[in-house]
Amino acid sequence: MSDRLSVAKTYKLYIGGAFPRSESGRSYPVRDGKGTFLANAAQGSRKDVREAVVAARKAFGGWSGATAYNRGQVLYRVAELLEGRREQFVAEVAASEGVAARKAQSTVDAAIDRWVWYAGWADKVASVLGASNPVAGPYFSFSVPEPTGVVGVLAPQSSSLLGLVSVVAPVIATGNTAVVVAAQDRPLPAITLSEVLATSDVPGGVVNVITGRTAELAPWLASHADVNALDLTGAPESMRAELEGAAADTVKRVLRARATEPDWTTQPDVSRLRAFLETKTVWHPMGV
Amino acid sequence: MWEYAPAPESRDIANLRPSYRMFVDGEFVDGGGEPLKTVNPATEEVLAEVGTADKNDVDRAVKAARRAYERVWGRMPGAERAKYIYRIARMIAERARELAVLETLDNGKPIKESRDVDVPTASAHFFYHAGWADKLSYAGLGPDPRPLGVAGQVIPWNFPLLMAAWKIAPALACGNTVVLKPAETTPLTALVLAEIIQQAELPPGVVNILPGAGDVGAELVSNTGVDKVAFTGSTEVGKLIQRSLAGRGKKVTLELGGKAANVVFDDAPLDQAVEGIVNGIFFNQGHVCCAGSRLLVQESVADELLDKLRARVSTLRVGDPLDKNTDVGAINSRDQLDKITSLVESGEAEGAEKWVSPCSLPDKGFYFAPTVFSGVSQAMRIAREEIFGPVLSVLTFRTPDEAVAKANNTPYGLSAGVWTEKGSRILWMANKLRAGVVWANTFNRFDPTAPFGGYQESGFGREGGRAGLEAYLDV
Repeated sequence: MSDRLSVAKTYKLYIGGAFPRSESGRSYPVRDGKGTFLANAAQGSRKDVREAVVAARKAFGGWSGATAYNRGQVLYRVAELLEGRREQFVAEVAASEGVAARKAQSTVDAAIDRWVWYAGWADKVASVLGASNPVAGPYFSFSVPEPTGVVGVLAPQSSSLLGLVSVVAPVIATGNTAVVVAAQDRPLPAITLSEVLATSDVPGGVVNVITGRTAELAPWLASHADVNALDLTGAPESMRAELEGAAADTVKRVLRARATEPDWTTQPDVSRLRAFLETKTVWHPMGV
Repeated sequence: MWEYAPAPESRDIANLRPSYRMFVDGEFVDGGGEPLKTVNPATEEVLAEVGTADKNDVDRAVKAARRAYERVWGRMPGAERAKYIYRIARMIAERARELAVLETLDNGKPIKESRDVDVPTASAHFFYHAGWADKLSYAGLGPDPRPLGVAGQVIPWNFPLLMAAWKIAPALACGNTVVLKPAETTPLTALVLAEIIQQAELPPGVVNILPGAGDVGAELVSNTGVDKVAFTGSTEVGKLIQRSLAGRGKKVTLELGGKAANVVFDDAPLDQAVEGIVNGIFFNQGHVCCAGSRLLVQESVADELLDKLRARVSTLRVGDPLDKNTDVGAINSRDQLDKITSLVESGEAEGAEKWVSPCSLPDKGFYFAPTVFSGVSQAMRIAREEIFGPVLSVLTFRTPDEAVAKANNTPYGLSAGVWTEKGSRILWMANKLRAGVVWANTFNRFDPTAPFGGYQESGFGREGGRAGLEAYLDV
């Protein structure tokens, strides 16, 4: 062991491509599974959530308007950078989740592979979910999936990296932008992922990450009129109905949480992609 | 203007009966609710007395649907389900004329619309979905898509039979059973559909039809035996339903209101555009959630277009819905007429310029003359709120970007229209407009193969096409 004192990282929020502290000036201690202090994380506030929604909305036009090929490449690039930071993620996952190094390694590997899997969907989802509609008349009609808009994501509370990647990647692969509330007690991998995103080609604002108390932040996301959809995966069980009810005020699409956190190591299907897509049908007459 | 001799369809064809009863567990039975009297909005005469459901009836119907789901329908091979649904499609077609006349009597819509749109499209919807019943594993929703169980469905009064078809056909094809509540003011064709379903020998309980008002709908969607809720109606009620079902775990789809922009560029073929604008807002008296109620016209052609539009609207025949020459029929109810009237008053009060078609209106019945507001600004109520009547608000724009910004400046997002001769602009606009359906150089086209549904506060879920199946499958 070296005598050198390491330089500790300050964990901040990730909003609009920048790393601000919470406007509230608050932070909270993050501890590992044994209760040992790891770092202070920013304790985000309502105003931070609102700033993040503004950033996500601003980024939506460009990100959803990018070609699917471009989005796929940009997301693949993120996987390359994740690979480069593999050791750091392994250490953080091991500390956050209190698992052995080997388990942390396989979790990080799965997270990187998951990211690659979703990156590849960017330019395929329209062919798989879209359609040419054989209407009974002289019209050309087709349907295409389009991103829903700004998606509020309550990240899973247990799986700090693989779970996080499994909920964020499908949201942005199809052109949505996201405001993510990180796992309350295990937020460090989320902030490190933000650093990866910030140094990748993902435009600022496409993913915004708020750390803090989920129960404090989630209601603001659920009731925000400029949020189009809500992923309740990491919502506290006691709040799920209330959050779903608040989402109804602007007819948000809600992806409900399962009773227990899913096993993120199983291979996903397209349901998380589908959850945040709209179908647009276009008609035009045919004739000479 | 040409004068036409009256060409009324015979009301006898409707086989109107003095009373109708609800349909539960394969039988027509008396309901525990207060019977309602359904009125012909064209004449204000009472057409029939209709039994309504109470809380116990809802419970009974849901239990019947549950039994039918568990014992018969949910486990029946798809190929067998398909044949039942094909039967329904055929029998609707066989009784098409009767259904069209009955629909027009109960709803007030012109016979040419119920005859040419509502009834044939309803039959087509069953025919299309029948074929899916044994092909669901090809729908791209996974290798073994499963039904959800009992679907509770609540539909509006603007397309009574067609909305019943949109709801029932995909539910049955996917292996679910159904309890459906038709609208309070238009229950009749759904009850004839129940008769067809009985004659088609569907197992008892697979489809149950419960007439009644909003309280019956509220009972139905909140019933604990219902696994899936589908609602078409106002955004206001849709939000209430979504909120009331929060945390209940039921799958929900909502098809709600709209305030569609119909965008006309200066290179559009104006005469065709005028036809499309008229169809967009005066079809079905404007009682259409996807109606093109906001006309956005490029400034350079605004005057010319408005002149042509007023001339064309002046030729619309407003009156007896049973007359085959009628273009605009009766407003569905006095309540709706009052709502339209009050929104039109707000348009005048807020300073928009009102033009009303110089048509004559019948002495009796609920009618509203086609109305066009020009000089409308985005802040006015008539530019923001769904009027659900024959009232068009005209706004102008200069650049395509401005057109997109104005078109998308709404919490709704059900439909939109684009009129231009330039192909690249059509596709650019279709891409930019945040709406579930974009009609380019046409408007108000519907087909069972083409998914229909909204963005944002116009609801979620689709009806029609492969995408529509997801609403009724556990995937």
